[in-house]
Order: sequence, then C-alpha cells, then structure tokens
Amino acid sequence: MQNIRKQYPGVLALSDVNFDLRAGEVHCLLGENGAGKSTLMKVLSGAIKKDSGVILIDGNEVDFHSPADSQKAGIGMIYQDFKLVPELSVAENILLGNEPTKGKSPFVDYKKMNDIARASLAQLGEEISPTAIISSLSVAKRQIVEIAKALSKKVRIIAMDEPSAALTENELKNLFAVIKKLKQDGVGIIYISHRLEEIFEIGDRLTVLRDGKFIHSCNVAESDRRSLVGWMVGRELEQEYPKIELKRGEEILRIENLNAGILKDINLNVYRGEILGFSGLVGAGRSELARIIFGADRKESGSIYLEGKEIYPKSPREAIDLGIGLLTEDRNKYGLIMQMNVRENISLSNLHDVVKGLFINRSKENSVADKFTNDLRIKTPSIEQEVKNLSGGNRQKVVLARWLFTKSKLLIFDEPTVGIDVGVKYEIYNLINQLAKDGIGVIVISSDLPELLGISDRVAVMCEGKLTGVLSRSEATQEKIMTLATGGNLETAHG
Amino acid sequence: MVEQLPRSKKIKTIIGEFGITIALLAEIALFSSLSPYFFTADNILNVTLQTSITAIIAAGMTFVIITAGIDLSVGAMVAFSGVIATSVLKLDLPFSISFPLALLAGLAVGIFSGSLAGLFVTRFNITPFIVTLSLMTIWRGSSYMYTDGRPIWGFPEEFSFLGSGRVFGIPIPTIIMICVYIVAYTILKHTKFGRYVYAVGGNKEAARLAGINVNRTLLSVYIISGVLSAISGILLASRMNSGQPNAGLMYEMDVIAAVVVGSTSLFGGRGTIVGTFLGAMLIGILRNGLNLLNVGSYVQMVVLGVVILFAVLLDQMRMK
Repeated sequence: MQNIRKQYPGVLALSDVNFDLRAGEVHCLLGENGAGKSTLMKVLSGAIKKDSGVILIDGNEVDFHSPADSQKAGIGMIYQDFKLVPELSVAENILLGNEPTKGKSPFVDYKKMNDIARASLAQLGEEISPTAIISSLSVAKRQIVEIAKALSKKVRIIAMDEPSAALTENELKNLFAVIKKLKQDGVGIIYISHRLEEIFEIGDRLTVLRDGKFIHSCNVAESDRRSLVGWMVGRELEQEYPKIELKRGEEILRIENLNAGILKDINLNVYRGEILGFSGLVGAGRSELARIIFGADRKESGSIYLEGKEIYPKSPREAIDLGIGLLTEDRNKYGLIMQMNVRENISLSNLHDVVKGLFINRSKENSVADKFTNDLRIKTPSIEQEVKNLSGGNRQKVVLARWLFTKSKLLIFDEPTVGIDVGVKYEIYNLINQLAKDGIGVIVISSDLPELLGISDRVAVMCEGKLTGVLSRSEATQEKIMTLATGGNLETAHG
Repeated sequence: MVEQLPRSKKIKTIIGEFGITIALLAEIALFSSLSPYFFTADNILNVTLQTSITAIIAAGMTFVIITAGIDLSVGAMVAFSGVIATSVLKLDLPFSISFPLALLAGLAVGIFSGSLAGLFVTRFNITPFIVTLSLMTIWRGSSYMYTDGRPIWGFPEEFSFLGSGRVFGIPIPTIIMICVYIVAYTILKHTKFGRYVYAVGGNKEAARLAGINVNRTLLSVYIISGVLSAISGILLASRMNSGQPNAGLMYEMDVIAAVVVGSTSLFGGRGTIVGTFLGAMLIGILRNGLNLLNVGSYVQMVVLGVVILFAVLLDQMRMK
C-alpha cells in the first residue's frame, strides 16, 4: 500500500501512509487509538474508499469498491467487534454468503455446509460443533469461528484487529499456534494489538502509525518495548507502570465464606490505601464477585463487611449509597449511556447532589462536570459532547468521574484499560494510584498480567470460583499467578 | 481538544434541530395562501382544540418511547375511560358529586391500565409491544361489553363544559393540553426522573448499574401514558356529550406518528417534548388544512402517510 491518504470531514485520517506485507510473515500494525490503523485496514478491505494512493497485490494495482471485492482478491478481515450473526449456527456463519446448494437448486445443502465448516475448524485444531449456535459459544470460540470464516475463503492476506482483546492466556496460545500455521502456508498476516508483549512473541516486522502518519517500520527483533511506546505516543514515557509507595490503612472490605453461583467459599480483606489486583482466567469468577459486592447479583451465603459493618446490598443503588463503585468490564455496554453527554453521564448516579427542590440545578451540575473534566483531564470539546464521540480512554475517565462524584470509598475496576491507548493508560494508572493514596480501597480486575504486577500492592488469584491465593507485591510473579490461576499448587510447582 | 464540526454536519444539525419547525412554517404558509380562513384566530384555536386530544396522549407516549417502549393501548383507553366516566355521571347523584367521581373513576382506569402494562413489562419481562397490544384489545372489548356496544348519553349538560367550554375564548382542552406539555417538559428536562427516563431508554443495564431503579422508572412511564390517555378520554366524551365505546379508534397511530415526527427515537434514549408538540401540530394542521381545502378523507390518509414518511426521512439524514 503506497501513499494511502484518507480525508474525513475535519480530520486527515491517513496521510500518505506506506505499508507492505510479505507472504508468510506477521506484520504488526501499532499505534494509539485514532492513529489510523483501523482506517488503513478498512481501506484495504474496500469498506471505505481511499482518497489517493495505490494498493498493489503481487505488484498489480487493485481497486476495491466493497469488502466483497477484497474477499475475492484473497483478503480476509477479522474485526475487533465480531461480525457474526449470533442466532445462526457456526457453519451458517462460516459460509454466510457462500452457502453450498444442492446442485443448482436454491436449497442449502446443510450436510455439505457442516462438512466444509468442520474441515476449516479442524485446520485450526479446534473442536467446535458446526451446528452450535454462535450465541452459546464463549468469546474465544467465537474468535476461532471468525478466523475459520476468513480462512474458508482461500485467503492470502489476513488482517486481525485486536484478536486477543477477549482471549485468556491459553486461548491466546492457541491463536498463536494458528497464526504460525498460517505463516507456514504462506499467508501474510497483519496483526493489530495494544498488548506489546504479543508483538514480541508473534511479530516478524512492525509498522507504527501516529495521528494518521507513518512513523516507523522495522523488524520486531530490532526494537524494544521502550522504543515502541516512544514511537506510538511520540514521547518517552518514564515507565509504563507508575507505582507510588502507599501506606496501607485500616480494613475497608471483608468478605467471609461467600458462596454464590460458581463462587465457592471466598474469604478476602481489602484495605484503605492499597491496590488489590485480581487475576484469573476469564470465567474464574472475578467479575461475578465484583457484581455481588456491588449488589448487581445476589449471594447465596456468607457475609460482606464494609468498614467493619456487615452490609447487604440488594441493588446497585444500595451499594452506591454505601460508597461502593464499579467500573464495569465493558464500559460501552454496561457503563455509559451513549446517547447522553459527558455532563449527564457524570452526574447520573448522584443526581441527588445536584437537585434543588424538585429540579436539577443546571449550574451546579455544570460545575461538577467541569471540575471532573479538568481534574481527570477528560479530552472533550465540551461537557455537552455525547460520550459516544469520545475515545475509549476518555470514556473510561467519564465513568471514573461518575464514581468519584458519588464519593465512593471502595472502587472496583474491571479490566480498566482494555482498548485504551498506552498514553492514556498511564494516566489511568496515575489516577488509580492517587485514589489509593487518598484512602479509597481499590480493587483492579485485569487479565493483563504485566499491568496487574505493575500496579498492585497485592494480587488475589481466582480459579474456577475459588480464591486460590493472595500474593504480596514482592512475591508475585507471572509464573506464580498463572500457576494459581490454572488451579496449580505453588509448593509443588516451585518446591 | 476542541474539534470543529464540519460545515456540512453543522447544516444537517440545524436542519435536524429546526427541521420540523421549518416544515411546520412551510405548511402554515402553504395553507394560508390556499385558504383565506386558515390563518385566522378562530381557525388556529380550532386546530389546537382538534389536536388537543391526541396531543395530550402523545406527551405520555413520548415518555414511553424514550424508554424504548411503546403503548398501543392508548386509543382503547380513551374509549374505556370515557365510558367509565360517563357511566358514573349517569348515577343518581347530584352533579357536584358525580362529576368529581366520574373524573376519579376515569383517571383510576388509566392508572390501572398503566400499572398493568408496567407490571408485565418489568416483572414478567414481556415486550411492551405485546403487552400493550393485548391491553388494547382488552380495553376495547371491555368498552363494548360494558356498554353493550351502545353509546352512553343523557347525563347532565354541565359535563360538556370540559370539552366544549372556553375560558377567555380559549377552548378548555387547549388549555389542558398546554398545561400538560409544560408539566411534561419540566419533568423530562429538569427532574431526576426525567433524566432516568432517558438513561433507561439509552441503556437499561448500564442505567441499573448506575444505581437507577429501572423497574420503577418503566412502571412510571406507563402510568403517565395511561393517565394522559384517560384525561383525553374524558375530554373526548365531554366534547361528544356521550361515552362512545368506539371512541379513539386508531388514535395510537396518530399519537405514535406525532412522537416520531417530533424526532423521538423508537430505539429509545432520545426525544423531546417540544418535538412531540410540533409533531402533533404538524399533523393536526395538515388535517385541518386539507379539510378546509375540501380534500376528501381518503386522500388525506395518503397525504398524511407521505408526510410522516418524509418527516422521518429528514430526521434520518440528520443522524447520519
């Protein structure tokens, strides 16, 4: 791809970007959100039209007007947000638009369809029933189906946009095995990810974009973490995970013998002024525990104490009034009201404090929104901007602002930095540090191990609904956490 | 970081914000030039009187639709509250007692219907479309059963004052409509409850996790819709001086059209009371103007459909 240029109203999304891909290599495309990675991929797929520049495949210029054109040319796309129809079966999805028919009749040959689907899944070493309904599959399995769908069309180039965002470590290993297999078959792979470790593990070459401009391209072996981050944010970050010395205060939360659903006999203490990390595989019960503390789900037995007093939150409202805040895993789906603006999203959980008599006092609400927008450095044209127009990091800050305005004593962050730029991540870590320093109890659930190790004072590990261990900052290592998270025993593993 | 809106988007936003006002003005200009009687104080008051019945219901419907719901039972509720209220007037009581009793009975029916709808939508998680579709036939059937299919009439003349009387020359239904819109506007724009209505419609689960009592909010919007339908039902019965079991037939369509033309999203989370008011007026004026021009009722239906379609198309263009 040479000198690709794409102008959107008001923004130059791509400014003369060059990108090349060789057969059988993994070329990582890096950059912060809005750097132009997705736009470049959309140009490649024909989903959007470039303003200028040329795309060459095997030296021949191609011009795609629609995704169907690029598919015919052997380009497969795996998007961040899956393009699967949840109500249809695996096979129906894989062959969507390419259904085999019985002879020349218009009737779908389901047997053939399932056979083809089974074959392309087997190619990935996956055992997923072709007749399973997509909505019944885990996110990781859906990812595999998405890949199988791309592969079912004889691809020569495959672009993966954040394929790992929803995967656990094990599933990621499988994905990498698949990628290696594709490489051997001579498929060129474009790999987009925010997780830098993955780049070093799987990438051959890399290209960094920033603000729609080409910044740097080199072999992965010639780069390191620090230089990558530098290219991406355009300045040197002191360190990726800022950590400040915190003084652990008195206990804020205590959980005793808690049982609910998959959660079995959980005992846990959280203290003021510390950051408690929560690790575990997806489905280990971390989010479930958070939802119970927050009153979104009910416990079956056991006790929860906040500041030494037993609490029984039966709804989020009650938990909020007790001083608990939850930054949900999927902030777009469960955190924000997209149609509302920054101001309305910030005040939503505590309108009580901006109401005068019967009515909302707009000047008071404005000053609250202004204050948090400034304090948290939320980048927005104004507090009247709808949150759907903000970037992921700024959206997360809006959610955080909401919980700060409710004066939470205990904040639970569930995957706080998923899909957020390196630069803004750093700011979020600093904010979390500041909260802990101010005496708020902080729980951070994260599947990003380096992040968890970088910011936590203690790390609690869960496996299949049980709390398998709590490690202090000095004890915790990736290996120990993974051992505990997969149900292993530390003594036997390291003794 | 201030981002400038591109000019084309600005223009679209302006069309979106004022589009319906422009359409309304164009419509008024058109009818004024075609009919000398159209732009007279008399006729304008007449339009507001004719529109008031559906406009009052549309205010309630706006609340429901902003929560991503729908209330199809409003037309049947007009009939049912009308026959219930008028039947109370027929009791052998002095008017000073039977009149407030009739109002209370009519409103009680509205509250009951709204509560029922809200209950089924929240507790039993049935889609609003199905719940209110059922209630629509239930109340319509109940109206016929209750009256044996015949209108209720022959009650004190004083009752007709509500629907046909005027204060300082302004029809009482018009005054009630204006009051309803002022209150609805204030609630939706300036109260916690109003904010919750938008939040629940925008994202139910996120609203719940933000500490909003979603069920209570939903229950409330259906009760509001039921009560406003009942008010309209009583006004209509008073205007017709009888309780008609077939009153308000197909009103739900006019009401939903007014709300949608007023650019409230059927997907929830967006909408304004002012928009609904303008939407109701746009449709009311269209009806009135076509009547003045002696356009037959068959043609009117077609024109109305076309206008609704274009109004929504205009709104779609703004969203893009």
